[in-house]
Amino acid sequence: MVSGLKWSNQVANETQIMTVSIWRESGDDGRFEEYEVPARENQTVLDVVAYVQQHIDPTLSYRFACRVGMCGSCAMMVNGSPRWTCRTHVSKVVADDQLEVAPLRNLPVIKDLATDMDPFFEKWVAAEAVFHPSKTRHDPMAAITPDDPMRIAASEAIECINCAVCYAACDVVESNPDYFGPAALNRSWSLLNDIRDAGQDVRLAAVGSNGGCHNCHSQQGCVQYCPNELNPTLSIAGLKRETTKALFRRSR
Amino acid sequence: MLDLRLYMLQRLTALIMAPLVIGHIAVMIYAVQDGLTVGEILARTQGSVAWFLFYGSFVVAVSVHGAIGLRVISFEWFGLKGRALQLFSWAIFALLFGLGAKAVYAVTFAGGGL
Ligand code: SF4
Ligand code: SF4
Ligand code: FES
Repeated sequence: MVSGLKWSNQVANETQIMTVSIWRESGDDGRFEEYEVPARENQTVLDVVAYVQQHIDPTLSYRFACRVGMCGSCAMMVNGSPRWTCRTHVSKVVADDQLEVAPLRNLPVIKDLATDMDPFFEKWVAAEAVFHPSKTRHDPMAAITPDDPMRIAASEAIECINCAVCYAACDVVESNPDYFGPAALNRSWSLLNDIRDAGQDVRLAAVGSNGGCHNCHSQQGCVQYCPNELNPTLSIAGLKRETTKALFRRSR
Repeated sequence: MLDLRLYMLQRLTALIMAPLVIGHIAVMIYAVQDGLTVGEILARTQGSVAWFLFYGSFVVAVSVHGAIGLRVISFEWFGLKGRALQLFSWAIFALLFGLGAKAVYAVTFAGGGL
């Protein structure tokens, strides 16, 4: 690590400095460390993290790719709330000149700010949030009009970037490790509204199982934080409704 | 944790309880308007099949509904799992059902001529 003194001299040339507290390491070694960075008028939380890694401690681990809110890889806890850091301006979230950046909640930490996303995506598979093709390339394309109610329902849920912000915001995920969580169920819902999908029965069974949609408390923590303004709670309500309907269909 | 079966059971019991609670409160407000004694209440309820069914089904619904609700809370908040969770849920059910059944018995059976 570059010595703190050298660093302070460097920042002294900037007009203003700001303290950022960043989670380092993982497990028993995990702790917050403070860094002084320039307080620029226009910078994102990801800019600050990158600054620390590029100018103070090159061993800082974190994840990002697109920097424009498309790839969903940069999510972290910022002052206690899950955020996509590449699109979160420091000025919007800084509190008393303090910024605290930690790895995403509800996921195992690999090191520093990088979490292990495996459990998150394993639950997508468990929730049948995967497409089951029903046609081959030789079949004609399915005709779906833009005003089809199912197409509209699917469209409302479709712009998910897999950032796991909602997963980190969900208290049920925290207390119930088996719960699939808002993102997986939201995707499952958009696929349930896809007439080309041939796996609706297994999907309904999956989302109605122990880790499924019926665990949701509908308190909308996911909605509050989803950076793409999706409404996983609404999607989950749709799944609850459809699993209930399927139950009556079966018993007839 | 909460699968479709338990979820449905909890919704169903809520559906049963709602009109019964409203009925209970409405009758209470109506009946006590000119003052009412324990004796007068019991005179109407004891031996009445209708009141037995009314409060009987309420007790069953409450026991199931409460047991499922507390099951979720004890799992999510206190990490109760597996057999312990199963036992706890059934114990809550038995407790609520026992207390409720005792009350229903006292109000609609005991001393009456059913
Ligand atoms: S509404 Fe459901 S999925 Fe969303 S945060 Fe709450 S419990 Fe989680
Ligand atoms: S639903 Fe929203 S918060 Fe959740 S993973 Fe998708 S984009 Fe991120
Ligand atoms: S880096 Fe791609 S969404 Fe933030």
